[in-house]
Amino acid sequence: MSRTTRAPRAVGAPRAPRALCALAGLLALLAAACGKEGSPPRKGPAADKLPDYQVAQGFSLPDSRTWTRARKRGHLVVGAKEDQPYLGEKDPATGTYSGFDIEIAKMLSASLGFPPESVRFRTIASANRETALQNGQVDYYVGTYTINPGRKKLVGFAGPYYLAGQSLLVRKDEKDIHGPRDLAGKRVCSATGSTPYQRIKADYPKAVLVAYDTYSICVDNLLTYQVDAVTTDDAILIGYAAKAPGELKVVGRPFSKEPYGIGVPHGDNALRFALDDALRAREANGDWKKAYDATLGLSGVPAPHPPAIDRYPAS
Amino acid sequence: MTEATALYDLPGPRTRRRHAVYAVLSTVVILALLAWICYLLFDTGQFAYTKWMPFEYKGIQRLLLRGLGNTLRAFALAAVLSLALGGLLAAGRLSDHRPVRWAATLVVEFFRAMPVLVMIFFIFVALKAQPLTALVAGLTLYNGSVLAEVFRTGVDAVERGQREAAFALGMRKTQVMAYVLVPQAVRAMLPTIISQLVVALKDTSLGYLITYEEFLHAGKLIASNLDYDLPFIPVVMVISPIYIGMCMLLSWFARWVSRREQRSPKTEAVAVTTAEYGTLLPGGEPPTAPRP
Amino acid sequence: MYVLKDNFSTYVEGFLGTLQLTFYSSLLALALGFLMASFRVAPVGSLRVFGTVWVTVLRNTPLTLLFFAVLLGLPRFGLVLPFQVFAVLALGCYTSAFICEALRSGINTVPRGQGEAARSLGMNFGQTLHLVVLPQAFRSVIPPVGSTLIALAKNSAIAGAFSVTELLGTYKTINELGYNIVWTFVWIAVGYLIITLAISALFNVLERRYGVAR
Repeated sequence: MSRTTRAPRAVGAPRAPRALCALAGLLALLAAACGKEGSPPRKGPAADKLPDYQVAQGFSLPDSRTWTRARKRGHLVVGAKEDQPYLGEKDPATGTYSGFDIEIAKMLSASLGFPPESVRFRTIASANRETALQNGQVDYYVGTYTINPGRKKLVGFAGPYYLAGQSLLVRKDEKDIHGPRDLAGKRVCSATGSTPYQRIKADYPKAVLVAYDTYSICVDNLLTYQVDAVTTDDAILIGYAAKAPGELKVVGRPFSKEPYGIGVPHGDNALRFALDDALRAREANGDWKKAYDATLGLSGVPAPHPPAIDRYPAS
Repeated sequence: MTEATALYDLPGPRTRRRHAVYAVLSTVVILALLAWICYLLFDTGQFAYTKWMPFEYKGIQRLLLRGLGNTLRAFALAAVLSLALGGLLAAGRLSDHRPVRWAATLVVEFFRAMPVLVMIFFIFVALKAQPLTALVAGLTLYNGSVLAEVFRTGVDAVERGQREAAFALGMRKTQVMAYVLVPQAVRAMLPTIISQLVVALKDTSLGYLITYEEFLHAGKLIASNLDYDLPFIPVVMVISPIYIGMCMLLSWFARWVSRREQRSPKTEAVAVTTAEYGTLLPGGEPPTAPRP
Repeated sequence: MYVLKDNFSTYVEGFLGTLQLTFYSSLLALALGFLMASFRVAPVGSLRVFGTVWVTVLRNTPLTLLFFAVLLGLPRFGLVLPFQVFAVLALGCYTSAFICEALRSGINTVPRGQGEAARSLGMNFGQTLHLVVLPQAFRSVIPPVGSTLIALAKNSAIAGAFSVTELLGTYKTINELGYNIVWTFVWIAVGYLIITLAISALFNVLERRYGVAR
């Protein structure tokens, strides 16, 4: 009797009695035996083919601690988001990441001499990005990471690779909302306590704010007519618009500037400059636009010009 | 009635009839409540195929199993380490040297008074630990301190005669502890100890809040996906029976041990604790801790 | 030290948030706990079953899971309330299971003979309950209810991680401003100690006035 009771604890314990292992194995088999392969069907368009990035041959960056460590390891570890469609998204079933940020990470990896397929992605929540870079959990971070002076004290930033700004997502048939000025009396959804939320609250107090801790819930509410608009960075909104291109659109001019950068460990200037150079080259040879067209571009929003790279001197 | 309280007399025939009427009425109300909830579930389309379809896929099942595995791993680590820390701190509190006793008391009281989540966040944010380390360390500090109190009260609860007899036989303090008091104390406190482990098991879900990829985290990843129509309710329906089942199994084990030990002749000199209320409350006190 | 002075308003806001959350959840927990306890000792079978299921399920549910289900799941039913209310609901329901058990064991400490004696004196149910059983039960439930409410105050920290304004959540704001993280947490810890010690003091006073002499 006591045996079955302790069974759940035994998973992963190397020296658990055989009966327990058998039970755990049976449980796993039972669960896995009746499953379909592959991943559940997804909504929204998909690119026919993702771009290939040419891997730099014989690239070497001995001055960078991060790069040498990655070379020894054989692959790069890149931090990303997991819940932003067409931007940084993890397929729950297969565990593979996809999106514009992911493509940026892959093309930069190729420029650093690592085949893009070999990149290992790790989900790092917004609150832990600095920590993850500081203690070496990830080599660099690509995930809607806005460059600002406060963060520059803690981490280095290559790029920016995209200039986002707060914007509004509405239903395709919406005729009244063209910008934040039209929000008076409208129900607007954003993430609880986020910067976009605070900005609407302070600058457009007539809007009726609704908050959830996940944007996907806001978007669902928008589709079911419970709110009239969703607000956050346009890149994130464009990603959601691409999920349902026939039903959603991003309106108005962005009303803030959020330059997205690639976070690198603080003080690793060699890596930062190498990433700046790589990004510039990828923008020049058209890889950047290809990456955009294969991801965010599926929403119908044409590719913007990439922002100027801010190569600030080593501090 | 299962338990007689001072509140009611044995019912006579008329009271029994009245109770039967109440029983029917309350059953109707409860069933209506359940029916209403079911109606809401169907009405809001919680049983739609798209919301349940992800669970058919092996990848999703593996994701959930991996999450469950991570939960159990954190639990196993936290359980072993808290027992060790608890033993150490209890030894400190029972020490003959005053400074050691004070230090141990300070540690135990501090970590019992702090919300366990504050400690987990402190270790995670301020000490920059990995999620698993932060979770296990936080759980160990809290549960270790509570278990130290449990061990100590257990030792104190052994009849005085046992200790006196052992000393009279010429045993040293270590021997008295190791051969006489601790074996009886542990037997007596076993139900409480297991109940405290249930608290640790429940609290592993706090790892979700510091992005440790445990069971609830896997659920959230599925639930917040627009492709699957945000299956929050289906996910809760799938994962909560597993969580609750695991905890119930462990609490039931605590009760079983309690009954067994109460019958055992080896616990004659000490009162066996029952695995009762309070013991399962995270942040609560074990029932046998003496109050100041 | 500067951490506290510079961010005093943030701390106060968080502290009041925790206080509010604790207060309203305590009220809900006490009311629901009392109701469930009366169900569990009722002579009507279906109520007893309902009370038992309520207590057993909630006691074995991780609080984080309950928060997840209430804060993120209930809105799926079209029930849209402020997060604060959801948090009170989750915390109150959860703690009610433990309050219920404390009350029930309090009632069970009153010897059956007391009730029998009261009834043989001709007292009806209301009088027995009001004059004999509850006063005695009340004494012995003060300490366990106190420690349950202290646990509630500590558990309210989880709400902060679900974007409800409360004390633990203030670390995010203060951390973004670049203040010393260790001191930030020290003051958060002090805030919790103030609340738990206050509850503990309150119940000590109650116990001294009404409690069983030990």
